[in-house]
Amino acid sequence: MSRAPSRLPAGGRIDRNQPVTFTLEGRQYSGYAGDTLASALLANGISLVARSFKYHRPRGFIAAGVEEPNGLFTLGTGGRTTPNVPGTTIELHAGLVAARQNGFPSIEFDLMAVNQWFAPVLGAGFYYKTFMGPRRGSWMFYEPFIRRAAGLGAGTYERDPDRYETAHAYTDVLVVGAGPAGLAAARAAGLAGARVLLVEQDFLAGGSLLSAPVDSGEAEWCAQVVAELARMPNVQVRLRTTAFGLYDGNTVGLVERRDALRPDPERGEAREVLTTARAGSIVLATGAYERPLVFGDNDRPGIVLAGAAETYANRYGVLLGRQAVVLTNNDRAWTSALALAAQGSAVTVVEQRQTVDASLLASAEAAKVAVMLGGRAKYALGGKHVEGVVVAAGSREVRLHCDLLCMSGGFAPVVHLSSHTGIKPLYRADIDAFVPGGHAATHASAGAANGTLDGWAAIIEGHDAGVRAVGGDAAAAVSSPALPAGPVHRYALQPVPVPELPPRGKAFIDFQGDVGLKDVHVAHQEGYVSVEHLKRYTTLGMGTDQGKTSNINAIGVMANLRSLSVPATGTTTFRPPFSPLTVGALAGRAVGHHFRPIRRSPLHDWHVANGATLIEAGPWLRAWFYSWAGSTAASAYIEEMKLVRCGVGIADVSSLGKIDVQGPDAAEFLNRVYVNGFAKLPVGKARYGVMLNDDATVLDDGTTARFGETRYFMTTTTAQAAEVMSHLEFLLQTAWPELNVAVTSLTDQWAGMSVAGPKAREALALALPGIDLADGTLPHMGVREVEFEGVPLRILRLSFSGELAYELYVPADYGIALWEHVLKAAEPLGIRPYGLEALASLRIEKGHAAGLELDHRTTLDDLGLGKMASREKAFVGRELRLRPELQAPERWSLVGIECLEDGARLRGGAILFAAGEPVKGHGRGYITSVTWSIELGKYIALGLYDGGLRHEGEEIVCAFPLKGEQVRARIVSPIFIDAKGERLHV
Amino acid sequence: MLRIPCPHCGERDYTEFRYAGDASKVRPKHGTDDVKTWHDFVFLFDNPKGPHREYWQHVLGCRQWLVLERNTATNEVMGAVLARTREAS
Amino acid sequence: MTERYSALALARHALTGAPWERAWRAAEPRKSYDVVIIGGGGHGLATAYYLAKNHGITNVAVIEKSYIGSGNVGRNTTLIRSNYQMPGNTQFFEHSLQLWEGLSHELNYNAMVSQRGQIVLAHSPSQLDVVARKGNTMLLNGIDSELLDRGDVMRLLPYLDYSKDCRFPIYGGIIQRRAGTVRHDAVAWGYARAASNLGVDIIENCEVTGFVRDGERITGVETTKGRVLAGRTGIAVAGHTSAVAAMAGLRLPVESHILQAFVTEPIKPFVHHVISFGAELFYISQSDKGGLVFGGHIDGFNTYTQRGQLPKIQTVAECAVALIPGISRLRLLRHWGGIQDMTPDGSPFIGRTPLRDLYLNGGWCYQGFKATPASGWCFAHTIAHEDEHPLVRHMRLDRFERGNGLDEYGLGLWTYRQ
Repeated sequence: MSRAPSRLPAGGRIDRNQPVTFTLEGRQYSGYAGDTLASALLANGISLVARSFKYHRPRGFIAAGVEEPNGLFTLGTGGRTTPNVPGTTIELHAGLVAARQNGFPSIEFDLMAVNQWFAPVLGAGFYYKTFMGPRRGSWMFYEPFIRRAAGLGAGTYERDPDRYETAHAYTDVLVVGAGPAGLAAARAAGLAGARVLLVEQDFLAGGSLLSAPVDSGEAEWCAQVVAELARMPNVQVRLRTTAFGLYDGNTVGLVERRDALRPDPERGEAREVLTTARAGSIVLATGAYERPLVFGDNDRPGIVLAGAAETYANRYGVLLGRQAVVLTNNDRAWTSALALAAQGSAVTVVEQRQTVDASLLASAEAAKVAVMLGGRAKYALGGKHVEGVVVAAGSREVRLHCDLLCMSGGFAPVVHLSSHTGIKPLYRADIDAFVPGGHAATHASAGAANGTLDGWAAIIEGHDAGVRAVGGDAAAAVSSPALPAGPVHRYALQPVPVPELPPRGKAFIDFQGDVGLKDVHVAHQEGYVSVEHLKRYTTLGMGTDQGKTSNINAIGVMANLRSLSVPATGTTTFRPPFSPLTVGALAGRAVGHHFRPIRRSPLHDWHVANGATLIEAGPWLRAWFYSWAGSTAASAYIEEMKLVRCGVGIADVSSLGKIDVQGPDAAEFLNRVYVNGFAKLPVGKARYGVMLNDDATVLDDGTTARFGETRYFMTTTTAQAAEVMSHLEFLLQTAWPELNVAVTSLTDQWAGMSVAGPKAREALALALPGIDLADGTLPHMGVREVEFEGVPLRILRLSFSGELAYELYVPADYGIALWEHVLKAAEPLGIRPYGLEALASLRIEKGHAAGLELDHRTTLDDLGLGKMASREKAFVGRELRLRPELQAPERWSLVGIECLEDGARLRGGAILFAAGEPVKGHGRGYITSVTWSIELGKYIALGLYDGGLRHEGEEIVCAFPLKGEQVRARIVSPIFIDAKGERLHV
Repeated sequence: MLRIPCPHCGERDYTEFRYAGDASKVRPKHGTDDVKTWHDFVFLFDNPKGPHREYWQHVLGCRQWLVLERNTATNEVMGAVLARTREAS
Repeated sequence: MTERYSALALARHALTGAPWERAWRAAEPRKSYDVVIIGGGGHGLATAYYLAKNHGITNVAVIEKSYIGSGNVGRNTTLIRSNYQMPGNTQFFEHSLQLWEGLSHELNYNAMVSQRGQIVLAHSPSQLDVVARKGNTMLLNGIDSELLDRGDVMRLLPYLDYSKDCRFPIYGGIIQRRAGTVRHDAVAWGYARAASNLGVDIIENCEVTGFVRDGERITGVETTKGRVLAGRTGIAVAGHTSAVAAMAGLRLPVESHILQAFVTEPIKPFVHHVISFGAELFYISQSDKGGLVFGGHIDGFNTYTQRGQLPKIQTVAECAVALIPGISRLRLLRHWGGIQDMTPDGSPFIGRTPLRDLYLNGGWCYQGFKATPASGWCFAHTIAHEDEHPLVRHMRLDRFERGNGLDEYGLGLWTYRQ
């Protein structure tokens, strides 16, 4: 329903020279720069802006700011579709596309409004009492209907085309809110020389001052202080920036919303910027919300908060009604009434108090504002727009006609941020509101946020808070700002009496959630009397506005029903974010392939340029297989395995952890961390070692080479490299500080490559002429440090594949050069690269535990390595390894498994059973790793099996019911090839 | 954001650190062969609500292990020393 | 006996305007009970209910420091599932799921048990093997599970990120169709109402301040409302297990950590299942009210403050967008934290303690909510029979002394700390 346009001919903080065109549900409208979507719609006569959540009642805006519960819109189209944005927070900009929500088929004519007829059944928590039949599980029948009815706007599955940034800020003083108190605080701290960050969610600084006429003393004061701040280089003012949460360590989460600036992602401009701000001290000057009043049908469009009506009139030049009634219990709302009168409305103030300050009456009379003292609203009249209100004054009942009904139940300080720290708000009876319950030493609240609602006291308090935030003499010497010219507004009120169930209509407390006074009564009857129960049972305060306008009224009602005081009833917990926060802003740039950093080997570029298919391996991107061998991993790895088994291949092993261990006590240190002995490892030799955690599970395995008396080179698995490094440092720094050892990670400093296959020595002879690699000089497990063409080169003769193999390490920058050199030099031997899949498969044939065998659950004994554990010395994990269950013979331990069925395959994750036993339950183990064995011509696997190799030779069933498969197999030694290790000693 | 005063690097975000739990327990001497002693050390915790001494390693900084004193009821940080010096004293 | 809830009852009240009765009686503590349960959360209330229902022990008090359901039962991400692979766990959590399936009927309280299905995604071939092992184990134990390849996942969840730009591509996953979500608060209220109906006293705003001891035996509790004697006492105070156990002189393998949870503004149906990301710990579903509910890893250090760290919130949001790019535009409405007991192996304790007549239920780590009915069922049995229920024998407190830790996820000792 459209009403007459209501833009005033002049005034306001809008730029009438800058018309802005926007679209609502396909129709174009016009507003001005400086409007919000809400003010522009109201100016165009659109006051019915939403349908309520449950009953689909017609709703209008009740507020002009972030607390708005009703007027939510879906903005944008396609990937930019954004549901549930309060129109009062949307800065109008060209191209804005908006739609109202929750009406079917339309907001004006909503069929779902029939729900109102069922309201008696649909009361608080009704769904807990029904939808249970006729059968168990019947909820699955009802749920889709409930789900479709619930929700407000609709999201989009499309990718968000916009860009978000994250940033960090450090400041001496952070001031939240640029109203009178915040401006004064920032000014004081700025003049005292501190680095100051002042943040304001609005697109203008001024807060409540913006609602004063543009030619008023308040407006002038605001402009002066804003200009003063702009001149201070140490003060930064960020508009459109919400402090959404106050976190530990004096950290505040800030989000800047830049939609109105129309950021272009193609140019790298961010739609929103999320800043983590760390501050020396924090001043919270977050203002206060006006409380709605609770009476019958208090949700009709045209019923608004008194201050909002004033804001629309003075800031946006939009007069919401020609005939206004202002319902109030406090002095401040009289100012709103006068503002409406000044713009030409016929205004009646219905004041709950019997007596008020004479000056109020005088100014009302001067402005021709009618006054009714001792009056309270019973219920409103009207349907899609308010038409009047029935007021009780003493025994009289008066019907007042109006097209604008303003309400004010006093003001509730915005205590969210101080409450985020876990400090409960405190009730102050004199203002009938909660104020911050205290502050950490470096935090303070000032102004309305602190319950200081009287006159210019907020400015003085803000100034003082700014001075204290800086501290010291210089700050104390900062002069107070001059106060605004013009009348001083006092704040006095009489608490709103507890509302009674109205004789007519529904009295709403939480507008968005459609929670009424009746619902609070029902919750009380049923025993949901804690404020948290009330909230959870009725959904009061759970909407997108998080109860900003409803909590205090609800607490008052519940306190009365329980015959408790308001403070004894308590508040619910305020949770961040203060206002809804875009998930994309939190994610920032960590989206798409930037989701997590990618670790790349120094040889990465070569792999990419030479046909490698890459695969994610934890943070690493590794070469999975190469195109020379095939087009899929399943076919290529077999060719690559053949290459290593029959000729020579080269693989990138740079991702292995590499740790330099040095110092006089290095040998003793290694002896303590590995289960096996390292004290006697000769210089020039390497040894395979296993490390345990304190609880005796395997931490990692790897090879450590001794390059000098006090100098070792440790390698770890790719997955555990960081873990092992921290573990070593922990032991050295906390457990054994007496050991003189230094450990340094070299993982990124050295490129590593494995040259493997029967022709490996030949290949290296071609590649590294002049370096003696004869078996006598460099036997299996021998290591050498050499220089090759002036570059340090470490050669470790060790094998993962079971073939003759050498690991070569060079400084990372020389990685590709050496790799290409080896490939080129050994080309006559047919050398080619092989990838991760083949690496992992070759080791299965050789029975090396890795990957899923090292799953943090397995012990040394589970891996069949128990005999490695030294009996001569202590090592980490030695004692707890001896716990009885870890030594139990039926522990699942490492076995080899060979497939007995032609044409069938083994699969990782298959559950193992003894042949002939029922295939159900947890079985006796499972398959960890599978490969096709080119040597054996069948599928082979490693697995963990109950009792391990005590069952060698027995037939088993590998069950994979997910695919309906059962495959016969046999338990064998996990070392499928070259059990004696002859290939390693050639 | 929990902020940790690293004795080497100054106050930093906790995200630069790695946490390793209760630092008030005394690790049994290397070679202690009593399983129960190790069990209690590895598995049992006071887990107090209040002051707590705990290990943090500045992995993205100096890589030193610190003993931080923090109140687990409020997350208030009282201070940190290097584990190495703590152990030596 | 309170009035039964039904559509008919709703209509009757609507027509007559008659008030409803209290859902559970407000009770003050009596001098002594056969059993006192410390903790009026999901597990404590379920325990009281099954003590009365299954074992005929109705002289029971549930003593709650705050309001019932004020702990983790009202702070979790509401997921239920039985996709567990370790012997013992599989059966226990399946028992729990079966109890969930009948819970609304059993309690005459609609807990909105929604079996919308849970998908666990795999982002590498070896991760697919890991989830396959789980799925195979489930099928072999009579629990539903299906393997999904990438194409299946694309058909089922067309809105995930399948683009080339995706950091951790999806290889497949498994789905348990019987898994889903439950309206969490309703679980506490439903059990409370049903237990109260059977005679259990539910005492809110009453804090236990100590134990009454007779040598190595616990004979009652001291509370802010006076001494309450008890034949047997059960502890079910997730998050504060160490503190309560310490009053009895017990030191436990528990650290208290914060787990954050998140909800967006309500939107029309968007995510129709429960989805578990495989690249990092992250899970998401949509509440019936329309909010997307999601969570991730714990913050990673001991704390009793129920507020989380900002970087963790960012990490979780990154996971949300990585999984479902469309979430970017939606807005986070609220985030909160619950204190959860973390144990060395990630598994809970139910059973006897070194002290006679004192029983412990705690250490639930991430899995407390889904375990609620079976936990109550088995804890009640354990208390009634002075011996662990067969389904929880593997969850004994002394398992680390014997060396049979229960590391369901293969995460290793204390690795959740960072």
